[in-house]
Amino acid sequence: MKKTLGIFLLLTAIFLITGIIEPRFMQSGNMINMARWTGLYGILAIGACFVIITGGIDLSIGSLVGLTGALFPLLLVREGVPIVIGFVLVFTCAVTIGLIHGLLITKLKLQPFIVTLCGLFIYRGIARYITGEINQGFGNGFGGLRLLVKYRLFDKIPMPFIILIGFGIVAAIFLNKTIYGRYLLALGRNRDAARFSGVNTDSMIIGAYIICSVLAGFGGMLFALDQNSVQPSTFGNFYELYAIAGAVLGGCSLRGGEGTISGVIFGTAMVEVIKNSVFFLNVPTESEFTVIGFVILIGVTFDELIKRMAIGQKTRIVDT
Amino acid sequence: MFHAGEVVAVIGENGAGKSTLMRIIGGVYQPDAGEIRVDGEVVTIPSVARATDLGIAFIHQELNLASNLSVSANIYLGREPRKFKPLNFIDSQQMTTQTKEILSQLSLDLSPNILVENLSIGQQQMVEIGKALSQKARLIIMDEPTSSLTQHETNHLFELIRTLKSSGVCIVYISHRLAEVNQIADRVLVLRDGKNSGELAREEVTHDQMVSLMVGRELKQYQQRQIQQTCKPMLEICDLVISELATKPINFTIYAGEVVGMFGLVGAGRTELAEAIFGVRETISGTIKVDNQEADLETPRQAIEAGVAMVPEDRRVYGLIVESSVCDNITLPSLNCYQWAKFIREKETKRVTKQMVEDLNVRTTNIFNNVETLSGGNQQKVVLAKWLSLAPRVLLLDEPTRGVDVMSKSEIYQLIENMVSQEVAILMISSDLEEILRISDRVLVMHEGTLTGELQREELSEEAIMKLATGKQ
Repeated sequence: MKKTLGIFLLLTAIFLITGIIEPRFMQSGNMINMARWTGLYGILAIGACFVIITGGIDLSIGSLVGLTGALFPLLLVREGVPIVIGFVLVFTCAVTIGLIHGLLITKLKLQPFIVTLCGLFIYRGIARYITGEINQGFGNGFGGLRLLVKYRLFDKIPMPFIILIGFGIVAAIFLNKTIYGRYLLALGRNRDAARFSGVNTDSMIIGAYIICSVLAGFGGMLFALDQNSVQPSTFGNFYELYAIAGAVLGGCSLRGGEGTISGVIFGTAMVEVIKNSVFFLNVPTESEFTVIGFVILIGVTFDELIKRMAIGQKTRIVDT
Repeated sequence: MFHAGEVVAVIGENGAGKSTLMRIIGGVYQPDAGEIRVDGEVVTIPSVARATDLGIAFIHQELNLASNLSVSANIYLGREPRKFKPLNFIDSQQMTTQTKEILSQLSLDLSPNILVENLSIGQQQMVEIGKALSQKARLIIMDEPTSSLTQHETNHLFELIRTLKSSGVCIVYISHRLAEVNQIADRVLVLRDGKNSGELAREEVTHDQMVSLMVGRELKQYQQRQIQQTCKPMLEICDLVISELATKPINFTIYAGEVVGMFGLVGAGRTELAEAIFGVRETISGTIKVDNQEADLETPRQAIEAGVAMVPEDRRVYGLIVESSVCDNITLPSLNCYQWAKFIREKETKRVTKQMVEDLNVRTTNIFNNVETLSGGNQQKVVLAKWLSLAPRVLLLDEPTRGVDVMSKSEIYQLIENMVSQEVAILMISSDLEEILRISDRVLVMHEGTLTGELQREELSEEAIMKLATGKQ
């Protein structure tokens, strides 16, 4: 909880500082833009959070965004599949991929890093193959469907952000209030002890990978609707890293067993705010990645230092 | 005050401050006040390195060896003899010869080049002592050195301690096992609540004396309970063959309301057997019946559903999630009972935890404290509490009192009593013969993966058990 508060304060600080230096940053158009991006990336980050809580990692998120982002318009536009069927097909595809990841990791005991790294290559390849490297999009059609990302509540709040909050609430309830969430956190901290307590650790882990892939797949569709131009070879590149960065900044530990949904959302917002600040503060855009890298590094270092201080205090209390 | 050439035992309940005191002497912690004198001179020990210089060596309860390195590499880790001075190559030859010398001093028949991971726990402990000797230690602190040793290895260790003593080394021996203290110590120092609560000279050392100084009150003596005559088989193991163990099938039955002790030396396969029953380990063939019903126990979940519970040997690895709260730990196996449409009923979990904490006298200020803040004895009570609310019919206990203080120990025994009176069948694995003799209605003995014998209450004696455990016919 403290961690979430910390990241929230940091976010507000960066927000205000940039706002004071460059008032255009605070204009509603820019705010809406940042909220939209946070919404889109946040959906991926929530998925990454589930996998990271189990002590795993998913590197295939970006490629899966590329695959589903290309597949969805391809089915709807080129193949003329009805929207609902297209939706179900993409969804099934994502579930299958998550299931395969989970099975390989739990039953064959392969390392998550390797499994999803292979996924990163494979799904990108499939995306390029099925599209024949041709850009995909919805053109001027599917106006109703595209309201899913274009609509703004009260003319201000962009739809992706609303979707993120919706998913966030469901995910937070799942993680904190249901027995499955408790099991996930438990097995992330100590998988053996969870198994000895009768938790079916394998199916919980498989579930986490499915959730991650489904959210990546759903995110891919939203990104495609938002961009309306999907280049199969690059669409979604590096998105897994943004998702992981958001999750880690938001307090997830790669060791597993730690993380809150609100933290992840703030973490993602942070990445977006930094990207945007870099632009507004006239930092050369070439250095965008460098800045993001440093901010994450500083954040994680501070977190570790604070944790150590807390532990130091604790041992002193036990000693006396 | 520790003299050369004596063995001083330091005892006290968990949390009495034994480890803290020893860590101050070993240079890990700093004292707030007071002074330390070595050879009559006041010294400060700001670091472990300084302690080593002063001839103080500390052998921790959990061994600190690099298992992927050889014996000699471990003994000289960080102090390797060098050659070709500016290049600082390791002089392996010299290291090997010096190691051989040390090993012979320990009368340990080992090659210096064998990897530590291939050694038994007892041998690894010897290597730690060898390391201390190679540093020319004059004061060796041993923290619970026998907690994972077999009887045989313990005897070997004691011989070694006596040899070291006669060569002028002072040994500080921290232990919970009063029988051992009685056997080895020249003097006993008792700590309670961070204070020196008394000192006993050799001739004053008795079990009751030590206990009363440790707890500061009289302990209720454990009384051998009446054996209940039930003939209702609760756990039946028929022709069980486990992949890692010998191919000879294992057969035994435990009746309701009975405690069956299981003894064996390290590596005898006791833990493997318990894990196979609990569904953690794969079995090749055989059947397990719980309460007359054949049970298919392939996962712990299935075992728990069949009414089997297990308190594993290493509680910090298998028994508990130490970063989670007492409440989360206690309710984890039974979470399914406190849910509505898979939502946790927090009121219910809180109520059950409070009940358990009270019933088992778990000492914690708050049920939402992390388990790692509790002492060993209280952690073990949390492990037991996890299962009690599920009312298991078969309880597998693997070294239930290892690293547990005297008070908690007797509380755990009391708990076993209560379970037995509720007709639970208990299999208790233990390396502590005293404990086995005290608690068990019957004893099963294992040796190298097979069940070598069964002793009834009236046949029980240390000799009879050891004979079976060492495989002597």
